[in-house]
Amino acid sequence: MFIGLGFNVADGPEVETVYYNFDALNFDSTHPSRLMSDTFYIDPTPDIFDPQARLLRVHTSPVQIRAMEQHPPPLYIVIPGRTYRPDNDATHTPQFHQVEGLAVDTDITLGDLQGTLLAFARAIFGEGRQVRLRPHFFPFTEPSVEVDVSCFNCRQGYMPDGSRCPVCRGESWIEILGAGMVDPNVFESVRDHGYDPERIQGFAFGMGIERIAMLKHDVPDLRLLYDNDVRFLEQFG
Amino acid sequence: MRVPLQWLREYVDPPLDTHAVADRLTMTGTKVEAIHHHGVSALDHFVVGRVLEADQHPNADRLRVCLVDIGGGAPQQIVCGAPNVVAGQTVAVAKPGAVMPDGTRLGKAKLRGIESHGMILAEDEVAIGTEHAGIMVLDHDGLVPGTPLERVLPIATDVLELEITPNRPDCLAVYGVAREAHAATGAPLAPPPWREDPGAPGELTAATVDVQSPDLCPRFTARAFEDVKIGPSPLWLKARLTASGQRPISNVVDITNYVMLLTGQPLHAFDLDRVEGATLTVRRARDGEQIETLDGQMRTLDSDMVLIEDASGPTSIAGVMGGARSEVGDGTTRVLMEAANWIGANIHRTSLKLGLRSEASTRFEKQLQPEQAMEAQAVATRLMLDLTGARLVPGTIDIGGDGPPPRTIALRDARVTGLLGVEVPRERSAEILGALEFKTAWAHDGLEVTVPPFRRDDVTREADLIEEVARINGLDKLPSTLPSRHGAHAQLTPRQKMRRHAADALTAQGLDEIVGWSLGGPGLADRLRLDPDHPLRRALELANPLSGDLSVLRTTLLGSLLDTARHNRARGAGTIRLFEAGAVYLPDGDGQLPREPYHVGAVVIGPARRATWRDGHPPAVDFFAVKGVLAGLLEALRVPWTLVPAGAPFLHPGRAANILADGEAAGWIGEIHPLVAAEWDLDETVAAFELNLDAVAVRPTTLYRPVSGFPDVREDLAVVVSEKVSAAELVDAVRGPGRPLLVDVEVFDVYRDPERLGEGNVSMALRLTFRATDRTLTDEEVAERRRAIAAAIERELGGRIRAA
Repeated sequence: MFIGLGFNVADGPEVETVYYNFDALNFDSTHPSRLMSDTFYIDPTPDIFDPQARLLRVHTSPVQIRAMEQHPPPLYIVIPGRTYRPDNDATHTPQFHQVEGLAVDTDITLGDLQGTLLAFARAIFGEGRQVRLRPHFFPFTEPSVEVDVSCFNCRQGYMPDGSRCPVCRGESWIEILGAGMVDPNVFESVRDHGYDPERIQGFAFGMGIERIAMLKHDVPDLRLLYDNDVRFLEQFG
Repeated sequence: MRVPLQWLREYVDPPLDTHAVADRLTMTGTKVEAIHHHGVSALDHFVVGRVLEADQHPNADRLRVCLVDIGGGAPQQIVCGAPNVVAGQTVAVAKPGAVMPDGTRLGKAKLRGIESHGMILAEDEVAIGTEHAGIMVLDHDGLVPGTPLERVLPIATDVLELEITPNRPDCLAVYGVAREAHAATGAPLAPPPWREDPGAPGELTAATVDVQSPDLCPRFTARAFEDVKIGPSPLWLKARLTASGQRPISNVVDITNYVMLLTGQPLHAFDLDRVEGATLTVRRARDGEQIETLDGQMRTLDSDMVLIEDASGPTSIAGVMGGARSEVGDGTTRVLMEAANWIGANIHRTSLKLGLRSEASTRFEKQLQPEQAMEAQAVATRLMLDLTGARLVPGTIDIGGDGPPPRTIALRDARVTGLLGVEVPRERSAEILGALEFKTAWAHDGLEVTVPPFRRDDVTREADLIEEVARINGLDKLPSTLPSRHGAHAQLTPRQKMRRHAADALTAQGLDEIVGWSLGGPGLADRLRLDPDHPLRRALELANPLSGDLSVLRTTLLGSLLDTARHNRARGAGTIRLFEAGAVYLPDGDGQLPREPYHVGAVVIGPARRATWRDGHPPAVDFFAVKGVLAGLLEALRVPWTLVPAGAPFLHPGRAANILADGEAAGWIGEIHPLVAAEWDLDETVAAFELNLDAVAVRPTTLYRPVSGFPDVREDLAVVVSEKVSAAELVDAVRGPGRPLLVDVEVFDVYRDPERLGEGNVSMALRLTFRATDRTLTDEEVAERRRAIAAAIERELGGRIRAA
């Protein structure tokens, strides 16, 4: 679907450095994601603020930096891959997958982001879906937004029998991803590779693939995706 | 952050209900995660009452039977357990039908034989505070019985639970949220509560403060109060704290918490008489210096941490936690109120290193602004005077002063349109920024915007201003467009296509793709019987694993494949055909990132093929079954490949081989060693392979070769060789001398018979296919090739052609 929209597929290492995972992405030194409670670090880790300290990437975003280091703009990529965070419950597994998008050109707008995600939402969740952008904060985008898709399961949050929709919990919108316009500080990290924040601009978005799959295929527990039970796998094979 | 709506509405009161306010806040960037109801419901059942009589209960020492005027109609009889109830009091009454904070509905009750028509309320019963020793006695003169209680007491409010993003520490404050609500709804904003400061600058003689580390303490302010009477806070203040999730303690402590919730700035109240020498010093700790914190623990500090000490030593860890020695207590009469500003990153580091977090540290670490310290002092001074009977000692200690002068940033109209994809009129941008307390001046191409102090660290660039404009203007006004692309196009790289092709080829053979854990336990290497120095033992380990079984980065896909096989076998699956594609992680030098080659692994267990009515009991998988799977994969990728006999500690001896792709080592294949399979509770043949797909070259584009119009000549040849010779070696030996007419050779039968073939020998049957593109082959041409092949077998392998 993204190839059809003109996005190449990029990948990068899952074991990353603090520099690519945090520093180059404009994460403040006090950002809580950096803590040992939120990121897996490779042993031995003398100092989690050392740019060269190694970790398991918490998102696919480091590949944004690596891709921009390798390719001058314009750049249109999607980045699928494994990511890791120390969480384990019905909606979090320590290993999960993200797909990230990055579009950098001279004239990319927030409206382009909305249009691209609208096309995505309709491809995955059906024609007639709407998307809604809510202002948010991410270190690597400015402006930042969270993106909701209109619920595909109900009307205005309620089922035909009058009960509250279990998918959107009666909200009629479902949060599916975070996004925004690439923060100028991120471009500063790769300025020497042709990314002058005064001359180019772009959008980025990232989402959890499992969450999208659970929504689309009505899977109740994320951990089912990692049980690899053949009776589960055969339903989708 | 919990914000009671009743408190918020004191500063901004849009004509919207709770849900509408929440929606506006959410859609402008202050996400409302939940709306709670705090306190009681069914409000018309809560009224002011006057106790007319309070008599001893005939059957219970602790109970009193009261006659209470609750307005309109006859006085009601209410049984009350509070020791402080007496006739003449004005009290709060819940009538039958009232819904209490825990959701229970009050009914008529009989208490020890006496009917009770309601309840006289203590503060904890309406979730105002924690006091339960006695009922609330209302001191409002002239209160008429029957007056709705909600007009007198804050017994119910909606509470917004907000997600405050880390860039907005200014919104960790009721007034900060009020600013946002003002910009989001257009409702007028009341002046800030610190606008009128009852105190004044000037020398404060009651105490001295010495800031020795101004780099880590941009501002330190203090004021002194005398004749302080410690006691409970008034109900309105208790109610706000409780609704915000804080426990009321005593008036002075409650004031520090209340001011923090309102302004965002933590304060600390010292008992000035317990500050030795009435002097405070702010300095870096010495390496190894120890301090006992309020929670009774000894903490060891280092020289990047800041502490506050008096004449007899350290009293608190700056910005993190106070010490017990100078804490305000019941006997306190003189208070030194401190409000300071610290470097967020430093507080963050200190709190991290000590494993010590507090409400104050979680705020300071997000970097508050120096101006907030004096704002908080002004509000705290007003409350100290009003609520504790205190007298303000003239003067203010203020070291460091306000923060740097405000920044002015250009906001170009063209840039707004260029980044958002929609035009926002300059007037509208100015209006939005004005509502957010930015100052704006017109320039030829846009606005010159001056950032208010409380947004100093968050808004530093044009893009930050554009975000402010966009979020308040409404993201729903954005168009949905697609990038104009300028001729760029996209496609998968040949390597990416190969990976997809590989997965498709295995799926097509009926294998299920799994997603295994990249992390495994440290025991895997032993279970795979790897030698102590086996390269697959060298693995990266996590410094902070969630659990032991997810602590080591995998060096092979075999572990997760066998885990999944066992999981499915335990659930009764008879046929297991699985593959996984993904990275393994091979350490590559100290401190370096590992190599992450892309592997494809497969495991097959159970019948080699599906049973049919003619073939009810197909044989179990073996080496050749999984070799067939591998062949299907590699031939789909059109990779020339061979197997060479080899071994691995986890493979069955003699039923194992290495995979050569294009002549390069690219993996292993074989039956899993029974002892290894047993480790995974698998007691039958398990066949598997693992291929490093990155070692397989992407095939160049295929060029057309003419298809021969002339017939093939097929010949079978039985060859006797030593059983040490592998089929692959035999095929290799045959290909060279067969050229150019030999186009295909395969081994189709293997036969052992010591008596006829000799001990240690084996007979392999070869099928040879000869062809030419330009002619029909003659018998003599084929015979010539066959003789060359026979000679090569004899010469290179010591074998012979067996007579038919």
